Amino acid sequence: MTSPLGFLNRSAGRLSRHRRRPIAGLLLLMLGLVLTGTLYAAFAPSSTADSAKSDDELAAQGRKLFLVGCAFCHGQNGEGVSTQDGNQLGPSLVGVGSAAVDFQVGTGRMPAVQPGAQNPTKPVTYTDDEIAALAAYVASLGPGPAVPDPSDYSLAGLSEKEREEAVARGGQIFLTNCTACHNFAGKGGAMPRGGYAPNLSDTSAKHIYEALLTGPGQMDTFSNGNLSPEEKRDVIAYLYSLREQPQYGGFDLGGMGPVSEGLFAWIVGIGSLVGFATWIAAHTARSSRKKEEAAA
Amino acid sequence: MSDDHNHLPELPGDDALDAHTGHGGELVPEEPIANPGLPEHEWRPTDVDPNAEKRAERQVAGLFALSAVCAVLFVVSYFAFQINGGGGGQTVDTVFGLGASNVALGASLGFALLFIGIGLIQWARKLMSDHEIVEMRHPARSSDEDRAETLRVLDLGVEESGITRRPLIRNSLLGAVGILLAPAVVMLKDLGKTNAQIEANPPYPGAGLEHTVWDTGMRVVRDVVGTPIRPGDLEIGDLLNAEPEIVFEVGDDGKPVLEGVSLQVAKSKGAVVLVRMDPDDNKPGPGRENWAVDGILCYSKICTHVGCPISLNERKTHHLLCPCHQSTFDLADAAKVVFGPAARPLPQLPLMVNDEGYLVAQSDFKEPVGPSYWERDSQQSTSK
Repeated sequence: MTSPLGFLNRSAGRLSRHRRRPIAGLLLLMLGLVLTGTLYAAFAPSSTADSAKSDDELAAQGRKLFLVGCAFCHGQNGEGVSTQDGNQLGPSLVGVGSAAVDFQVGTGRMPAVQPGAQNPTKPVTYTDDEIAALAAYVASLGPGPAVPDPSDYSLAGLSEKEREEAVARGGQIFLTNCTACHNFAGKGGAMPRGGYAPNLSDTSAKHIYEALLTGPGQMDTFSNGNLSPEEKRDVIAYLYSLREQPQYGGFDLGGMGPVSEGLFAWIVGIGSLVGFATWIAAHTARSSRKKEEAAA
Repeated sequence: MSDDHNHLPELPGDDALDAHTGHGGELVPEEPIANPGLPEHEWRPTDVDPNAEKRAERQVAGLFALSAVCAVLFVVSYFAFQINGGGGGQTVDTVFGLGASNVALGASLGFALLFIGIGLIQWARKLMSDHEIVEMRHPARSSDEDRAETLRVLDLGVEESGITRRPLIRNSLLGAVGILLAPAVVMLKDLGKTNAQIEANPPYPGAGLEHTVWDTGMRVVRDVVGTPIRPGDLEIGDLLNAEPEIVFEVGDDGKPVLEGVSLQVAKSKGAVVLVRMDPDDNKPGPGRENWAVDGILCYSKICTHVGCPISLNERKTHHLLCPCHQSTFDLADAAKVVFGPAARPLPQLPLMVNDEGYLVAQSDFKEPVGPSYWERDSQQSTSK
């Protein structure tokens, strides 16, 4: 027998002539695997029980991750670390809540690569489960805003008309409260001392909601007493409507207002005018021939 | 067509030279290098080659034809593209994420004009006649005869009008022209009442430069939505853009209390920002110890420099920054100016809590909001 499963065939032999077929060994192996899997599923602790791990267990798991990835700057108990000359390495995380963790880690801002004016977004380091564990641990340090429920920010349940109303109201709220830093099109802008208000064009609804709740960096918080959950949802609806909106006026040039538009007008606009002026005033091609020669 | 290229003016050489030598009796030396004259004219290919000429002609006509095509495309695209988005199930036509109608209209009209322009220039450069023209310089000063003649005419005018001989007419004319200033000055009154006149008889609440619509007990409400605020609504770090409640108030007759100009004035002068900070962070100005409620502070949103609305706040430093000229106010220190061109701190609105538990104003602002004005000493500060 050349089959690697030949020994199965031999041990199962002599019972029946069908068992001697080469396929029989393979079938037996499959049967064994299926049985084992079924039995395991029947007797092993179910996976639903696993995901419903108690907050304590999740927090304990999060603490392990925290000690490895976060404690260097935020302290072993999340109390924050300050250098001797008063510079803060990492702020205290007591009372920032799970929403802050989900935002900072979920957008890749944390863990930070280096201290600086502001941590940029980057590819997310932790898995969703790990982020949930970290969030559970930090939430256990002190009461703070929790990760919002999808029903808080989801626009799915809204009718077309409700959605339009939400966009209109959210637009007004955004223009009153947010444009000072994030620009009228949500494209962000510069802040003092090297900081910046980030561009909101690609931020997920959950992360916008969490940022409003927790006020990352220098941002003011917009707690639920300040801006109600419906109003937050309306702001998100407005920001999402901006993404879907066709740009009637042509390319938005980054939506940064007079800076990029002026740059374009001066360089491309006036540049092409100079180009035309040069062409108009340039010497035309001249021929070395004389009229007599041509006539001849 | 003549091949002579005789469009050059005569060089002003010979006559001038002769006059000069004759004048002083001294000989001007001969020019050391002979005047080479102008270089021979070089013809364009289209002047000497009939084929090139035909080609250029077709080229120009083709550009004009392209322009006509673009103009037709403009008309077509005006009707072709759907621009009414939103309700009614209509959608906006787009191309590369841009509004298709705008792109098509702009591009077709732009190219229609551009092709006419390029065609005209090409026509002038390749086909229109190819003269070279030289214009010699001449002195800017008029000739002595012209100057004498001008003065003579002026003198004659003075003499014939008799203005020097008839002082009565001269003086009455000057008086009439001078008194014409009076109508112009009187019309300045239409610029409006003076601040004192407005204050004496305010046409609507909060009129005048020194007052706003804020008053004792007026609730502070959220801008846009108009809902009142309890201190417990705000957490430390919250920022809230707010307005006086009267802006959103509706009277018994179902009409807004303020409308038109009075509404706009109330909104623009009454706009405030509320921040809640750790009460320990706050360093209230003298006499302002009870102006905050649990660390909730209320400041005018109108920059004291030139009146831009400000709400660019840094939560950790409590610095409020004006986007127009970067004036920065420290909200934890009675809104003192820490940077920028503003000369005065932001006026602070004294807050208290009313019987129903809502945030209300203790009174109007204690100083005028907004930028400095003529009667006001911009350096004087009532807050620090």
